[in-house]
Amino acid sequence: MLSFVAQRVVKGVIVLLAIVVLNFFLIRLAPGDPAAVMAGEAGASDQVFVKQLREKFGLDKPLPEQLFIYVKGVVTLDLGFSFRQQAPVAKLIGERLPATLLLTLTAFAISLMLGVLFGTFAARFAGTFLDTAITVFALIFYAMPIFWVALMGILLFSVTMDWLPSFGYETVGANLTGFAHAVDVAKHLIMPAMTLGLFFMATYTRMTRASMLEVKRLDFVKTARAKGLSDAVIQRRHVLRNALLPVVTLAGVHSGTLIGGAVITETVFAWPGIGRLMYDALLQRDYNLLLGVFVICSAMVLIFNLITDLVYRLVDPRIEFAS
Amino acid sequence: MSKRVLLGVLLACGLTASALEPALAQEPKTGGVINAVIQPEPPGLMLAMIQNGPTQMVSGNIFEGLLRYSPKLEPLPELAESWTVSEDAKTYTFKLRKGVTWHDGKPFTAADVLFSMEMLKQTHARARTNLAQVDKVEAPDDYTVVFTLKQPFGPFLGIFEVGSMPIVPKHLYEGTDFKTNPYNNAPVGTGPFMFKEWQKGSFIRLVKNPNYYEKGKPHIDEIYWQIIPDAAARSVAYETGKVDVLPGGSVENFDVPRLSKLKDTCVTGAGWEFFSPLAWLWLNNRQGPLADKRVRQAVMYAIDRDFAKDVIWNGLGKVATGPSSSAIKYYTDDVKKYPYDPAKAKALLKEAGYKGEKIRLLPLAYGETWQRWGEAVKQNLQDVGMNIETIATDVAGGNQKIGDWDYDIAFTYLYQYGDPALGVGRNYISSNIAKGQVFNNVEGYSNPEIDKLFADGAVATPDTKRKEIYEKAQKILVEDVPVAWMLELQFPTIMRCKVKNLITTGIGVNDGFKDAWLDK
Repeated sequence: MLSFVAQRVVKGVIVLLAIVVLNFFLIRLAPGDPAAVMAGEAGASDQVFVKQLREKFGLDKPLPEQLFIYVKGVVTLDLGFSFRQQAPVAKLIGERLPATLLLTLTAFAISLMLGVLFGTFAARFAGTFLDTAITVFALIFYAMPIFWVALMGILLFSVTMDWLPSFGYETVGANLTGFAHAVDVAKHLIMPAMTLGLFFMATYTRMTRASMLEVKRLDFVKTARAKGLSDAVIQRRHVLRNALLPVVTLAGVHSGTLIGGAVITETVFAWPGIGRLMYDALLQRDYNLLLGVFVICSAMVLIFNLITDLVYRLVDPRIEFAS
Repeated sequence: MSKRVLLGVLLACGLTASALEPALAQEPKTGGVINAVIQPEPPGLMLAMIQNGPTQMVSGNIFEGLLRYSPKLEPLPELAESWTVSEDAKTYTFKLRKGVTWHDGKPFTAADVLFSMEMLKQTHARARTNLAQVDKVEAPDDYTVVFTLKQPFGPFLGIFEVGSMPIVPKHLYEGTDFKTNPYNNAPVGTGPFMFKEWQKGSFIRLVKNPNYYEKGKPHIDEIYWQIIPDAAARSVAYETGKVDVLPGGSVENFDVPRLSKLKDTCVTGAGWEFFSPLAWLWLNNRQGPLADKRVRQAVMYAIDRDFAKDVIWNGLGKVATGPSSSAIKYYTDDVKKYPYDPAKAKALLKEAGYKGEKIRLLPLAYGETWQRWGEAVKQNLQDVGMNIETIATDVAGGNQKIGDWDYDIAFTYLYQYGDPALGVGRNYISSNIAKGQVFNNVEGYSNPEIDKLFADGAVATPDTKRKEIYEKAQKILVEDVPVAWMLELQFPTIMRCKVKNLITTGIGVNDGFKDAWLDK
């Protein structure tokens, strides 16, 4: 297993470098010059100032040289300097990453738990009213745009009922500590995490239901039943466990897209994560910051994929690690 | 009269502003916290290095300039307590306040002013342009600074507000790499509030400067600048009582009437006199149909600017008459008028021989209001027979297209900084035609007479002479229509009525909250 992990890590690093090079050129294809954006914000754009900015940030150098400098930095774990925010990229991402991880992992847990639970129930009671109700409930959240669910949530739970805060990570100025602070953050987390989680929940519900119905028809389930096992044991030990493989695959893929989905959720709920940082960096053509966020997101996708492969082994002992 | 028009009229008449006036007569109360919205999150707070709007709004509390400006743009004392101008209008002597300290306790002296001038020349584009008129700056003693100009420069007393000329601490910046100086992240100024904390993506916290030189000020204890990226969420934050102040431009314009009607809410359009944001359409004078003056004039007649003001901007602002905002010096409305007259626009297009060539329109990617305005203008122009194609881009992409002159018509709005020599001439003089630049003469208008008038106007004395020159320039420009002037914009500040004296100068919320207090 160790050699499998080592091999995957090496491959992962190569993939990451390829992503860096590709992204480096891709974002420069977009029209717009970071120096011009900054000069514009300064309310002045004389040629000297723009030239000065370009020199300051190394944008006057030939592209291959800029790429070499950037890749050299990444290899030595230096993600560069943000043009606009005038701070090291690693520091900016480091400040925001914990909030994003808290949001996405909570949303991920909510979506996976509720999705598998609802999917199991729907499969168990396939064709009944409960099955239809679960499917409709899941599809509603899948079909509605995230920003719309978010705004409706704010309208209902913040404006009308005044149950939950409408924005932010914590109550600003409350200076809470310890358990009280944790409760405060949790209250702020509920709406964004549910908004993001309910969207992904639908796919897990559908996937679990379909997969379980398929597995239920297989011979080994009949055998288990013939052995006299109870329905609950058959569902849990035999059907669900075998039906989970496609769900795990999907979860692995989603782990990366959750960050993308978080851009909208973080914006509407003013959640201080890297999704919003990435969006701002894109609008401002803050190349280094944008690339830095891409590197971190790509690394997270690779790590989650590795974890997914390891989880396969746990879910299905028949799978072996090829080295 | 629709409700939004009524709101605009109320603002224009200063009725809501007058609701704020009794506060001046009341005895200010001490203490309390103001929660205000800041949008977007500033990239940094070191005002000498970063000059975008949000940075100015927050850092106007931390740093100070030598002067402030009244709503009528008269200079007021700040770090300079008095000033004199020599007879030849070339020597300006500022007497600095004594007993002012930086937030770290070190005394503020003339050496800081001298150092700031040198630093700003390297880091602040607008300050560098303004200081180009200065031959030398000297400090005969610790509390006197003398600026000697190369020649008289009419608007010189107008370049010293905190955003244009922030004074920075010499002892923390001299000999350092400005870009990486650690005090960029924890700025030290002389202002009424001190930087305390910045949770990126959440809030910026400023606390009262207990050693502020104006005794009894500031009145409030803390300011929290809350970072809420979504416009709808900012409206909700105000509605649910989480923030007390929505500075101009914080919410979409269509939300302004609704929020204004909330209980205990006051609205004011004051505080933009110095900046005087003026919106216009760049018209590419170089190529295609818009190279013909008659087509440009047709654009002016074709657009219903009253509709834009009343409907898209909810009655806020004023229809522009020309290149100068009515709030700045030497404005005149004695110029050619362009009322909404589609028939005249059609006649002019016919006379110019316009055959339906495609014209690319670049709206401004600043949110819903601008998007709608783009659609309205497109419809107006199509109504008179112009073949308009809208090009959608984000701000950076749009700027590149404008800078590369790759457009026909493009929206913009710019500040005028109180004087035509500072914020008007730059868009029309031919020496400012430079590819790759976004906010100078990107329309490509070139008229030697205008070049001379703006060159003369900047250095002319006395004031009456300047007035004469700029009035003539306005008349010529309005006849030539190098760009299509739309509206003098007004961004209302919405706040709880308990917040008193928030805006007391022509620089508005960018001038710091030192006079503000809470009527708890």
